[in-house]
Amino acid sequence: MATSIKLNKVVKRYGAVEVIHGIDLAIDPGEFVVFVGPSGCGKSTLLRMIAGLEKITGGDLLIDGERMNDVPASQRGIAMVFQSYALYPHMSVYKNLAFGLETAGYKKAEIDERVQRVARILKIESLLQRRPRALSGGQRQRVAIGRAIVREPKIFLFDEPLSNLDAELRVQMRVEIAKLHQDLGNTMIYVTHDQVEAMTMADKIVVLRDGIVMQAGAPLELYNRPANQFVAGFIGSPKMNFLAARASAGANTIEVAGRNVSLDAALAVRQDEPLTFGVRPEHIAVGGEAGEMLGEVKVQLVEHLGGGTVLYATTAGGENLTISAAGQLRVRHGENVPLRIDPAICHVFDSQGMALRS
Amino acid sequence: MVSFTAGDAVARRPAKPGRLSRFFFAGNGAGYMFLAPWLIGFLGLTLGPALASLYLSFTDYDLLQSPRFVGMDNYVRMATGDAKFAAAMKVTFIYVILSVPLKLIFALALAMAFNRGIKGLPFYRAVFYLPSLLGGSVAIAVLWRQLFAADGLVNSVLSVFGIDGPSWISNPNYSLYTLVVLSVWQFGSPMIIFLAGLRQIPQDMYEAANMDGASKARQFFRITLPLLTPVIFFNFVIQTIDAFKAFTPSFIISAGTGGPINSTLFYTLYLYQEAFGFFRMGYASALAWVLVLIIAVFTAFSFLTARYWVHYDE
Repeated sequence: MATSIKLNKVVKRYGAVEVIHGIDLAIDPGEFVVFVGPSGCGKSTLLRMIAGLEKITGGDLLIDGERMNDVPASQRGIAMVFQSYALYPHMSVYKNLAFGLETAGYKKAEIDERVQRVARILKIESLLQRRPRALSGGQRQRVAIGRAIVREPKIFLFDEPLSNLDAELRVQMRVEIAKLHQDLGNTMIYVTHDQVEAMTMADKIVVLRDGIVMQAGAPLELYNRPANQFVAGFIGSPKMNFLAARASAGANTIEVAGRNVSLDAALAVRQDEPLTFGVRPEHIAVGGEAGEMLGEVKVQLVEHLGGGTVLYATTAGGENLTISAAGQLRVRHGENVPLRIDPAICHVFDSQGMALRS
Repeated sequence: MVSFTAGDAVARRPAKPGRLSRFFFAGNGAGYMFLAPWLIGFLGLTLGPALASLYLSFTDYDLLQSPRFVGMDNYVRMATGDAKFAAAMKVTFIYVILSVPLKLIFALALAMAFNRGIKGLPFYRAVFYLPSLLGGSVAIAVLWRQLFAADGLVNSVLSVFGIDGPSWISNPNYSLYTLVVLSVWQFGSPMIIFLAGLRQIPQDMYEAANMDGASKARQFFRITLPLLTPVIFFNFVIQTIDAFKAFTPSFIISAGTGGPINSTLFYTLYLYQEAFGFFRMGYASALAWVLVLIIAVFTAFSFLTARYWVHYDE
């Protein structure tokens, strides 16, 4: 049966420096949760606190309702896959997989049965007698995952497990980990700085910044309704465009790039209040008739990706803008192109960076 | 119009230097200039005397008369008719077998204590390394003699607890072990190397073992020791060679005699006595070459067995 995790006002301090600032988070049984954020945001520290590798300075960690703050790592029912894999280089793959079971005092026959079963699941049967140095990056990754699975833990933790792999292998392993979650149904927490990994794998994404949860929710919720400018910029690739804006006459109109853009409904803002207008590159149309006119921009660079075209442009006011269009646009460097947007899927942020909902 | 034939071209080309001279001189002149001091020193002060001693080991030579070739006589005497040689071998092997493992265990234990990240580590590291710098010196050997003499500091301390200590260096039952203790006290050098080796073991190996529930003892025997084997191997070979070559402690503490009753007669001290006490340079040279052979066999054996117990990551 899958396991729930709850963090109540969890704090981490190193001396006088507080790096995790009272995080509250609930993870449902069987959920695949991804901690995402830039380097130094505290995502790995938070994971290690759940694992029991870092002491929790304040607050409570509850696993299935039981307080775990002072329970040793090995007794929390957790297995972890490390960024560096942490395979023992002097042991064969078999011995690496069996180490935890031997430590726990399992009988030889049981250990062998479990190791063989995991090897079959991960398709590493032929590698069992090899040493880690004789394995490729992808194979090492499988062994590291195998070492976690073989103990049959309640919770899996992954600390940037794909960051040492090349792009192709990363995509492949991403799919395999997602499949593994479907098959095993365990609660999993996965740390990454790659928002594409987060979007593709997670049931729930937790976006962290400077030890604070900026937003937690389903991937599309974060994409469609970011709570603040940081999440809006972090989720989505290419990242969201931000343009300086101002509350215009009438609460449902704002001035962006020298033009008035009508919103669907009124915002609770003062006249002339400085705002930030956010629009995703894929939500901007080049030419056409639909939506509202955003004005003309000058194309600085064109990237033809085959299935799509990415334009890097500047507005008349000198602001940078990225446009991601489907298909192969016949646009050249230096050309002026008209842009149109659908205000219903655009975003407005106040001067504190908080999203304003109409 | 001027024209050249193939023959002209060949005639004008400078003569090609030989393969050997090209290897040595093709643009390498400056390199050899820099190498010269070492090269001259090596040839004149190491290789030359070594080869000369190899020749002398087959002679009878007392420094006053010319060496007289005696074939294998020196080696035969060693193997059959020299009780002192056997005594020196026994003392040296006991010293090596006791001092090397004890020193390595002590060095590793302290390195592990330091590796826990204590405050003021550089200071303690320097303090503990100091004996290694001083230990081989005459001054420390003299000090050691004072400490372990019948009326020395060690016995004074023991007397506080009502223990009547023996004369550690003049009693043949204890004298060699006093030298073993002196050797173990010079643990600084292997300790520093162990510390560097411990620092190389990735922390996440221990974290993974922690999550598996491995106790500290299991982590030590299943992770630390195996991953440290390249460093253990290095320290073991170096310390063993050093122990075979040990001379100063025995020379100073026994006043050059190797006594009492040959109990501290290190192999090198016996060699010294034969060479500079009795001026039997031929026999002393043979002794030196036997020591070289023993060290070579030991080193070769260590390297041959290393593949079974030394774990190299890559």
